[in-house]
Amino acid sequence: MSSPSNEMAGGGKAGLSRLRLDAGTLTPIVAAIVLATYAALRMRWDWLGDYYPLLIRGLGMTVLLVAVTASLGMLLAIPIGLVQVVGPKWLALPARAFCTVIRGTPLLLQLWLLYYGLGSLFPQFPWIRDSALWPILRQAWPYAFLGLTLSYAAYEGEVFRGAFKGVPKGQLDAARAYGMSGFLTFRRIWLPQAFRRAMPTLAGETILQLKATPLVATITVIDVYSVAAQVRQQTYLTYEPLLLISAIYIVLAVVITKIFARLSGKSGDNTAFRKS
Amino acid sequence: MIWSPAAASIELLTAGGWGSAMLMGLARSLTIALGAFALGLVIGVAGALGKLSGGAVTRQALDLYTTIVRSVPELVLILIVYFAGADLINGVLTALGQAKIDFNGAFAGIVVLGVVQGAYSTEVIRGAILSIPYGQIEAAHAYGMSSWLTLRRITLPAMLPFALPGLSNLWLIAMKDTALLAVLGFGELTQVTRQAAGTTKAYFTFFIAAGCMYLLATMVSNLLSRRLEAWATKGVAHV
Repeated sequence: MSSPSNEMAGGGKAGLSRLRLDAGTLTPIVAAIVLATYAALRMRWDWLGDYYPLLIRGLGMTVLLVAVTASLGMLLAIPIGLVQVVGPKWLALPARAFCTVIRGTPLLLQLWLLYYGLGSLFPQFPWIRDSALWPILRQAWPYAFLGLTLSYAAYEGEVFRGAFKGVPKGQLDAARAYGMSGFLTFRRIWLPQAFRRAMPTLAGETILQLKATPLVATITVIDVYSVAAQVRQQTYLTYEPLLLISAIYIVLAVVITKIFARLSGKSGDNTAFRKS
Repeated sequence: MIWSPAAASIELLTAGGWGSAMLMGLARSLTIALGAFALGLVIGVAGALGKLSGGAVTRQALDLYTTIVRSVPELVLILIVYFAGADLINGVLTALGQAKIDFNGAFAGIVVLGVVQGAYSTEVIRGAILSIPYGQIEAAHAYGMSSWLTLRRITLPAMLPFALPGLSNLWLIAMKDTALLAVLGFGELTQVTRQAAGTTKAYFTFFIAAGCMYLLATMVSNLLSRRLEAWATKGVAHV
């Protein structure tokens, strides 16, 4: 979202902005030093000793949530986007409705509907309660993973709808003219080009997914946010745990940006397609 | 037979008084969203102008603000702004010798979400201002307009068509983000719904009813923003 406009801003008056930037980069550094000094001198960090195993565990859960739900969500998003472009009506309409409903309601509400709703419905059926899956279904994490996956699939499905639509028809016609079958055309031509179009949004969507993960704490999943909330309740420290996890989330967001920059560096080498 | 669960659901919504409580919650959600969106717009215009024409320190400070807000989860930011806001207001009040107040209710929600919205608005409006052909602003200067007049007559109206898609998206986010205030307990729709569902154990009925309310609000907003966009882009050449 910001990178293209950043380039524009820099392009306008490059010489001037470079000069300013040198003087101005000091501000965040000074801010960081002031904050770090304040944090070290005036804040309490002794709880870290007791809570760090829990924090690591929570961090693991957060990373796992982002990685698994973004991957599964994307696998779902590709067919959801595709059927809205070429699918028959009975597939396109439900896909469209799915995207509208998920994107039009708060994720928190969806998570609570899944966790409390399904959680209260399942025990009513003896065959579910007696099944081998019941010990898993009784826990909270399946609902967290399901809710976050569906959310990512809906937002990214909308992106893929546009991406599939945006591939020039001539490309597909040419593939057909080469005698490629429908599936081969999809695999070799349509999907790679659509993927390249969707790529710039993926990093942003994944950071949004990271930012959505603390909601799972409200359905008792132990992620890094829930550990901070626990520290707050048990030690009556308000800012320390919140600042710590803010820093953790910023680092994770930077890591996600870096990963996607590397990925798109590999697949986005053909700039002619991206500009068209 | 098919209708009996639906009939029971409707009775739950109308008889127990939960339906009207949820409508009150919806009104509260929309009020907070509207206030937060408006505050976000004010911050956004100021932030965009600061980023585009402010000094080095202003620009770096604004960059820090937008970067942090866009990479830290809303839930965490809401808690930080909420606690910091309460401490700040009560600190000022204590310094002035006044009694402490309860930093709660719609006002706190608006401030908390507005600060978050402001960061996104800043980016949207900054991008929109950059999309204005620079000749228009130069022409305004050539006519001898002051920079305030240029802003009011040229920059803000001209950036509107570019900013509207992003801003209508932000409005939808504002509405959905009010649900996060349920964690702090502001009596908005999601929190009321949870209370209703917890009391009656009719989880599906209430969560789906609330979902329909949010969805309806989203769809009405989409309709209105499409109208607004059509109106704002009247004078813009379609490429």
